[in-house]
Amino acid sequence: MASPPLVEGKFARHLSRDPDAFPAITGREEEWRFTPLYRLRGLHDGTAVVDGTITVTGEFETIGPDHPLVGTALVPADRPAALAMRDFKEGQLVTVDGELDEPISLRIKGNGESSYGHVVIDAKPFSKAVVVLDHLGSGTHVGAVEVLVGDSADITLVSVQDWDDDAVHLSAQAARLGRDARFKSVVITLGGDLVRLNPTVSYAGPGGDAELLGLAFADAGQHLEHRLLVEHTAPSCKSRVTYKAAAQGMEAHTVWIGDVVIRKEATGTDTYELNRNLLLSDEARADSVPNLEIETGEIAGAGHASATGRFDDNQLFYLQSRGIPADEARRMVVRGFFHEIVRRIGIPDLEDRLDAALDSELSA
Amino acid sequence: MTTLEIHDLSVSVEDKAILTGVNLTIRSGETHAIMGPNGSGKSTLAYSLAGHPKYTVTGGTVTLDGQDVLSMSVDERARAGMFLAMQYPVEVPGVTVSNFLRTAATAVRGEAPALRHWVKEQKAAMAALDMDPAFASRNVNEGFSGGEKKRHEILQLELLKPKIAILDETDSGLDVDALRVVSEGVNRVRATGETGTLLITHYTRILRYIQPDFVHVFVGGKIVEEGGKELADELEANGYARFTPAAV
Repeated sequence: MASPPLVEGKFARHLSRDPDAFPAITGREEEWRFTPLYRLRGLHDGTAVVDGTITVTGEFETIGPDHPLVGTALVPADRPAALAMRDFKEGQLVTVDGELDEPISLRIKGNGESSYGHVVIDAKPFSKAVVVLDHLGSGTHVGAVEVLVGDSADITLVSVQDWDDDAVHLSAQAARLGRDARFKSVVITLGGDLVRLNPTVSYAGPGGDAELLGLAFADAGQHLEHRLLVEHTAPSCKSRVTYKAAAQGMEAHTVWIGDVVIRKEATGTDTYELNRNLLLSDEARADSVPNLEIETGEIAGAGHASATGRFDDNQLFYLQSRGIPADEARRMVVRGFFHEIVRRIGIPDLEDRLDAALDSELSA
Repeated sequence: MTTLEIHDLSVSVEDKAILTGVNLTIRSGETHAIMGPNGSGKSTLAYSLAGHPKYTVTGGTVTLDGQDVLSMSVDERARAGMFLAMQYPVEVPGVTVSNFLRTAATAVRGEAPALRHWVKEQKAAMAALDMDPAFASRNVNEGFSGGEKKRHEILQLELLKPKIAILDETDSGLDVDALRVVSEGVNRVRATGETGTLLITHYTRILRYIQPDFVHVFVGGKIVEEGGKELADELEANGYARFTPAAV
């Protein structure tokens, strides 16, 4: 029983909470063609036995799949996500009411098992907060994140993927923005064997403003994939996507897909997406596919840019010719490449941590 | 007292011989001008001395106070006291001028300059080159005008105080005012008497501001004639015709 595609057009896709509405993934699908399925441990074809747990610490209310907020921002677009939404044992609800000065942190630590997870962030109208999701440890994890950004609320969601080398992580991260809401997503993916994130944004009312920032660093053997969809479904909304990735070593692979669709009703839309990739060695690979579909001519602006380049030896020469040793010069160039993202995060603690993490990636 | 000794230096690029036996000795306090037509190999000499990987040394020696320069990495050469002001400085996105300058000074001096002194030093050096303080927070060479790039090169020269400074076509792309400001910067470094300067240029214009002690005519990958400042005057009057084959 396959449900009809609820979203039509260029980005047509099935959306359903029913896992059986989705056929098994074969790898020939457009949205799976970059992903090495054999490394998904059976999540793609239903052979995976997901019966373990993951340890989540922080301040939240525990919820199950029957909670009324589950599925309000996110409707699964593939079978693993639908299974996770149906079968997760313990989910976390974070309710944001009022303006919070301190970030809310959830530490999501894998203990080597296969697990489902579900986080709902319910930001009430006029609320303001930074929510940090820290993914670490090892295991196989399919975890959804739903963010309900109430009218005029201002939410920053930081998702750090700092997994151990053997982790597999699939995660749909859906935000639904109310009228005049602001949403900033910061995705930082450094660790894991295979990480595949699907951040999506949709708008429930006019005036919404979404900024999606992403940074990934793939070492040898890592597959780090980020597939974004911004769906302009209301008038006068704005979106900005800026993702940067670096890759170095054998079979280091980053994938960025940036889909933006401007629906007929979304007049006055202002959108721009940018992806830059830096290949630090010959064996590393980056795929980048921006897509823009516009169903109305009455927009404020729409554009995208994508570029993938190799490390520029002339930059190295210039810095070295000023006495700076090669390894330090290399670090400067890569940090400089990411600087545009890091400076826009706006959370000093996280920026410091990120600097340290990048340094250790570069000296590895 | 420092001596840079270039002896019978031959260099090729992708198996094509560009330098064919260069001999030159530069001592602290001296200013040498290398003049030559386009394509004579002047810039190759500059980049070879700095150690750019594109250039392959096929013969000869270069020593700095007896130390073998050619066996040093690019950054080791700089720390040993060599400096190349480039004709086309490279953009480094996301790296600010102030971060770059302090990192370079730390590397060359062997220790991080005390922040308080450093800020003053950098400010004064920038003011001397008529540079807006806001310049320090821009990214290295990104969106710089031709004049800004050259001022930035000379700013580094003044802050890093090398033993041997090689200025590759520093006069190109400069208007009269910028040329004067940049030349004054070079002259301040020369006045210390602690730096030997190698000025590579196509035109004699910059030599009105920076008086060379020696002029070398560079043609076909080597020095074909040497003299004093009067040689530059002759080149200004007659061009390079006397030194190039009639067929050219």
